[in-house]
Amino acid sequence: MRMSDFVVRDAILPDLAAVNKEGVVREMAASLQAAGCFRDGDLEDVVRAILKRELLGSTGIGRGVAIPHTKHNSVERLIGTVAVSHAGVSFESLDGEPVQVFVLLISPQDRPGDHLRALENVSRCLRDDGFVKALRAATTRDQIWGLLEKYDH
Amino acid sequence: MDCQTARHILRVTNSQGFHMRPCAAFAALASRFQSEVKVLKDDRAVNGKSVLDLMTLGAAQGSELTLELTGADSKQAMDALLVLWGTFAEKSEPEA
Repeated sequence: MRMSDFVVRDAILPDLAAVNKEGVVREMAASLQAAGCFRDGDLEDVVRAILKRELLGSTGIGRGVAIPHTKHNSVERLIGTVAVSHAGVSFESLDGEPVQVFVLLISPQDRPGDHLRALENVSRCLRDDGFVKALRAATTRDQIWGLLEKYDH
Repeated sequence: MDCQTARHILRVTNSQGFHMRPCAAFAALASRFQSEVKVLKDDRAVNGKSVLDLMTLGAAQGSELTLELTGADSKQAMDALLVLWGTFAEKSEPEA
């Protein structure tokens, strides 16, 4: 379950405009929708589900990274996207610091195994300071995709 | 300094596995103790005070982990972490 297996390349956001948590979630989910990953009518429901998960505990796990996620039947397989905010966004992170790197995961309701494997892989990548630093410096979708292929193999 | 090492087997029973929320709760509690906290899976050890490290285990339902604590407060830490581990068992929790 490498990142390039489930990250939707066309939905990668190298320069997030959002300045708060809801804005980030909305912008990333909308990017997946624009890439054809789920039906128009599902967007609000997906955003609500992601934000509902955040209420249970921030997915901003510290070190400037966050892994917002949800299970939702608008997707047939696990999908994700990567976004970078160069200014950083307050995300109620565990260490109180703003987040620059976001990896959003949306998986079908009945595949806990896929979700766990994706989380395992994403975590392994985000533990690599070199990868996170390179993502923060990236300015284009192609650069970010190249980093996923370089670091997650 | 009295450095005691305590070990205990942890079995992942929740159908969602050892996912982000229990990892975060576990790391937060572990961080409150002085003892070194290691969680081992298949001979690989990670830092039990780090959410990211714990998630790299990808411990699915049915996995067996070993909790290893070393330090003066290892007994207190073990007691607390085992109680917390018990709360991770399957229940009708809201899961996003």
